[in-house]
Amino acid sequence: MLKTNEETGITFEKESQPHSPWRDAWRRLARNRVALASLIFLAVVLLVGILAPWIAPYSYSTQNLSITQQAPSGAHWLGTDSFGRDLLSRIMWGSRTAFLVATVVVSVSFFLGIFFGAIAGYYGRWVDTAIMRFSDFLFAFPGLLLAILLAATLRPSIVEWTRQIEGSIGMPGLSRTGLVDYLVVFLALSTLGWAGLARLVRGQVLSLKEKDFVEAARALGASPLRIIWRHILPNTIGVLLVAVSMGMGGAIGGESVLSFVGLGIKPPNPSWGAMINEEYGFWRTHAHLVFVPGGVVALVIFAFNFLGDGLNDAFNPRAEEGV
Amino acid sequence: MSAYIVRRLLWMPPILLAVAFITLVLGLYGPGDPVQVLLGQHSNPDVIARVRALWGLDQPFYVQYGKYIWNVLHLDFGESFRFRGQPIADLVFGKIWISMQLATVAMVLSLVVGIPIGILAAFKRATWIDNVAIGFTLLGISTPTFVMAPIFQWVLVRQLHVLPTSGWEGIWSVKIIMPAIILGIGPIAAIARQTRVNIIEVLGQEYVRVAHAKGLTQRIIVLRHILKNAMIPVFTLVGFMVADLPAGALITELIFGVPGIGPFALDAIFSRDYPVIMATTLVVAFSYVVVNLLVDIAYTFLDPRIRYA
Repeated sequence: MLKTNEETGITFEKESQPHSPWRDAWRRLARNRVALASLIFLAVVLLVGILAPWIAPYSYSTQNLSITQQAPSGAHWLGTDSFGRDLLSRIMWGSRTAFLVATVVVSVSFFLGIFFGAIAGYYGRWVDTAIMRFSDFLFAFPGLLLAILLAATLRPSIVEWTRQIEGSIGMPGLSRTGLVDYLVVFLALSTLGWAGLARLVRGQVLSLKEKDFVEAARALGASPLRIIWRHILPNTIGVLLVAVSMGMGGAIGGESVLSFVGLGIKPPNPSWGAMINEEYGFWRTHAHLVFVPGGVVALVIFAFNFLGDGLNDAFNPRAEEGV
Repeated sequence: MSAYIVRRLLWMPPILLAVAFITLVLGLYGPGDPVQVLLGQHSNPDVIARVRALWGLDQPFYVQYGKYIWNVLHLDFGESFRFRGQPIADLVFGKIWISMQLATVAMVLSLVVGIPIGILAAFKRATWIDNVAIGFTLLGISTPTFVMAPIFQWVLVRQLHVLPTSGWEGIWSVKIIMPAIILGIGPIAAIARQTRVNIIEVLGQEYVRVAHAKGLTQRIIVLRHILKNAMIPVFTLVGFMVADLPAGALITELIFGVPGIGPFALDAIFSRDYPVIMATTLVVAFSYVVVNLLVDIAYTFLDPRIRYA
């Protein structure tokens, strides 16, 4: 393998700086221009979404039927939609919806996926069998079909549930605010998301738990929880970060698909997918009403995928070659 | 290997029973009472009770489950709330047949286009051709259907007037061209990407160098040594795509007005036609499981290096 400096005759002028893995990874990521551009783009879109209530020029829901489907102008930079709502404002608010859904779905999927994946991989035996067979059942359905089925069947129960909450906390009208839509999307996409992640984590844990440093920790009397949390999971961080990036893109795509078919976020609440659906009938005459939200969804998903690729190269440099 | 196949086959019934179980639970307890939906909210309680008894909905769950499975095994999915007098099996299989036709055209298209792109990119590695191919595949994989479709419609219908907007007249009509392209773009990109990666990997293998050293012609090396080995993972990918296409075609079918299984199922969901929702889910999930299994098994035959213990 590697030769020592004495053998090769190479001497270093000065001791190289100690590098933390994070710094190395960040340096590799920063060198990847596409990934860096994606990261900046996503940060901007996220910021626009967070600041939407203050920087959006108009309300996302106020209709003005005397100015429907206007072309872009000084007053409405991206024009207006079929109900006279300002398209730019709706796009900005839509970023909120997209990132909120993606953050919640990815967080829930990650919590469940890491938990079940780690205990399945670490304990093996019947724990592993039970968890993996359960995920098999989820994988027995085509993803889109299951998401749609879940979204459709969960809705009545969630409506019922929010009504009960309404009653108990004294906030009438809660079930009509669109909260139901968000909960439906969260649940449908999280149910799908965790299983793939559990498999990923399980595979990592399976290979890592045979390593010497885990053996050493076990010999020192560390508890299984500590071994998983302190010794195994930190070594999977690169793989997990890639999965976060891809998962965010996937969740945003999933939300827009559900909203596009009418089972996700419903107008007037701002969702890019629902906006495309609302305006699709006008693609011949007012194509920008379809292309603008569509373009934004597509760019955000590209950016997450590019960022994921970049993170992959940055954290798993050995896998970089050739692929 | 036969032990592996037998074990996989033995796994099928429990998985399918569980799929049916989940479907039935979602159908019975999920979206409200089917009888209420059928009879309306202000119906006579006596009538409701009689309909419940007639359909066996008053019986314990395990009886209903057993009956449902028994009926499904005889291809009896019950009666649709909307399409009276027509067996659901006929409806569902008719719709699936349309989706399968579209999916087959899309799949052929993606093989015919995707594999050559992947081969070209691999052999022209790190040139502009490769870069264009990589960029195209990334775009193809991550562009949502409802973004790609209006762009194609806008260019091909509105600007160039070469294709009709939508509709379905079987696979020999020009109307299939656009939905097939839209449905095929993802698979084209995925196949091209996988082909490229595999060929690049195979190019670095020792047996390719040995083949060169033996003085074989480039043609023989490419065909027998490189392509033959590089195509095996592509085959698996194609198998999984075939399994996914009919269900994944929903958006494409909606946009282009193709009366396939996707819009049919969505319609059933919106009108709460439970027997149809359940039948569609079962049939689609069933074919998905079977195709995935067949792909796994075929894989072991194609690549003798793979041995499932």
